[in-house]
Amino acid sequence: MSAAGTTYYDRRGLLGTLGRDGLLQIILIANTILMLAPIVIMVFSAFKTTPQIFQSPFGIPDFGQVANFAKIWTETNFLRYLLNSFFVTGASMVLILTLGTMAAYAIGRYQFSGASFILMFFLAGLTLPLKLAIIPLFMLMRDLSILNNQLSLIFVYTAMGLPTTVFIMTGFIRTLPSELEDAARMDGASEARIMWSIMLPLVRPAMVIAGIQNVVPIWNDFFFPLVFIQNDDLKTLPQGLTTFMGEYTTDWGVLFSGLTLSAAPIVILYIVLSRQFIAGMTSGAVK
Amino acid sequence: MPHLRMTGRGLWITALIVPPLAFVAVFIVYPIFSAFAYAFFDWQGLRRGEFVGFDNFFTVLFVEPYRSWTINAFSHNIVVFFALMVLQNGLGFILAYALWRELPGARFHRIAVFLPVVLSTIIVAYLFKLFLHPLFGVVNVSLKGIGLGWLAQPWLGQSDTALWSLIAAQSWHMVGFPTLVFLAGMQRIPGEILDAVRMETESEWVKISKVVWPLVAPSATIVFTLLFVGAFNWFELPYIMAGLDGSPFGSTDVLGLYFYRTAFGNVSSGQQDFGLGSALAVLIFVFIAVIAGIITVRLRAREIQL
Repeated sequence: MSAAGTTYYDRRGLLGTLGRDGLLQIILIANTILMLAPIVIMVFSAFKTTPQIFQSPFGIPDFGQVANFAKIWTETNFLRYLLNSFFVTGASMVLILTLGTMAAYAIGRYQFSGASFILMFFLAGLTLPLKLAIIPLFMLMRDLSILNNQLSLIFVYTAMGLPTTVFIMTGFIRTLPSELEDAARMDGASEARIMWSIMLPLVRPAMVIAGIQNVVPIWNDFFFPLVFIQNDDLKTLPQGLTTFMGEYTTDWGVLFSGLTLSAAPIVILYIVLSRQFIAGMTSGAVK
Repeated sequence: MPHLRMTGRGLWITALIVPPLAFVAVFIVYPIFSAFAYAFFDWQGLRRGEFVGFDNFFTVLFVEPYRSWTINAFSHNIVVFFALMVLQNGLGFILAYALWRELPGARFHRIAVFLPVVLSTIIVAYLFKLFLHPLFGVVNVSLKGIGLGWLAQPWLGQSDTALWSLIAAQSWHMVGFPTLVFLAGMQRIPGEILDAVRMETESEWVKISKVVWPLVAPSATIVFTLLFVGAFNWFELPYIMAGLDGSPFGSTDVLGLYFYRTAFGNVSSGQQDFGLGSALAVLIFVFIAVIAGIITVRLRAREIQL
């Protein structure tokens, strides 16, 4: 091959690469604008009055104008919904991580008959769409007298979160070396002491992944509160939002600031911990 | 002594395993089995009546008006599934491929594409409902602003655009999920294989179709299956954007809304029927399980072990 030929070939390759990367870069930029624009418009509109929103939907607002937020704070049950969401999500997460770690530790660390059957039992819960069992769940909550009680939500979320948690944690716990454990056992430490003081500190990374995978769907859930909770003072944020959006249908400034406030906690957490969020939320789908 | 120790350990394992097992048994397994049982009874409100065999199944499948409602909702779920397959998973694959090249700003783009995924569906649904408002929504205002005013229309208010508006909102909400699952799949392709491909061909198309696509097959299996289950469980977004009746005129009715309406009643017809609702739930459940099983097995077969 002649030198000129080589140069020509390389140049075409380089141009080809530039052209292709340019196209891909344009696709990415266009997509990012499309992803962020609705959120930016939402936040901007939250600081505008309704006439301002109608006149200039894209204009940059005066960020000192917080009348909409003040209205939400003083006139609506928003703060109550927010606290309810924190309580329900927090209680569910504590139960999920405690119970999930217990089961995973037993399955992953000890050999006993039925261990693989029990793991299968948990995994069966992974793929079943529990929404379709809402009628029996409704009857069950009624029989337990916890309809219109946040315990109904906490119990369902805990049960739903356990399969993925047991799955993630068992896989992780199995990979831990057994030397430390054996040494402690030689020294006469009890099984409970070994689990608590030696093994649990090691499983924290898996707990973070399992925690994030569960916390987002629980925080965002709307379906179960819709069926289980009627009392306005017990509603969680997504459900409370529907009450609130119904009351202020014509006051768009308040509507947008309600949406902004509801989105704020999880969006801020996501921006701070984006790597963990992405790893956690796709962990069920990425082997 | 060893015997005693075994007993102690047996108790310890039992104590660890029973409470979590009980939660799953009581709140997942028992309700799902009950759903099957409920479908074979006649229900008066919350009270279970007589055993009626397959009557409830027969009613929702073959007796009018249920028959038409079932077919209408089911056909919309099929449209939603195939549309999202292209808009959400197809676009997700392209975006993943673009992100994989690690061009400048890739990290920022990756965070941006996943941002809507963490939002509650309720927030997304209300946001798009406001954006699609016929008079004041940003979509129509923008169309008028750039001289395309003739395209402005009541997106959610007419039968031929309503379902597609919901599909667009759903794609915006979830496109980041398949994107990052595909991206993780691409990042696992060994560098030696990519180097070998570079020696063989210049064509980007050959590289994608013959190398990248087959090697991300495990990711494809998972996002296709999850999309299928999600599309036939679709509820929250249409509930907020179109209402429980799938307005206008049932043009956005899907199985999730239809099932909920049948089981718990709605404002216009306060009647609730747990028997018919359970029959619908069982049919949807069996359909999802069978098809998802087939999808998984068929797609697994084309996965390549490296």
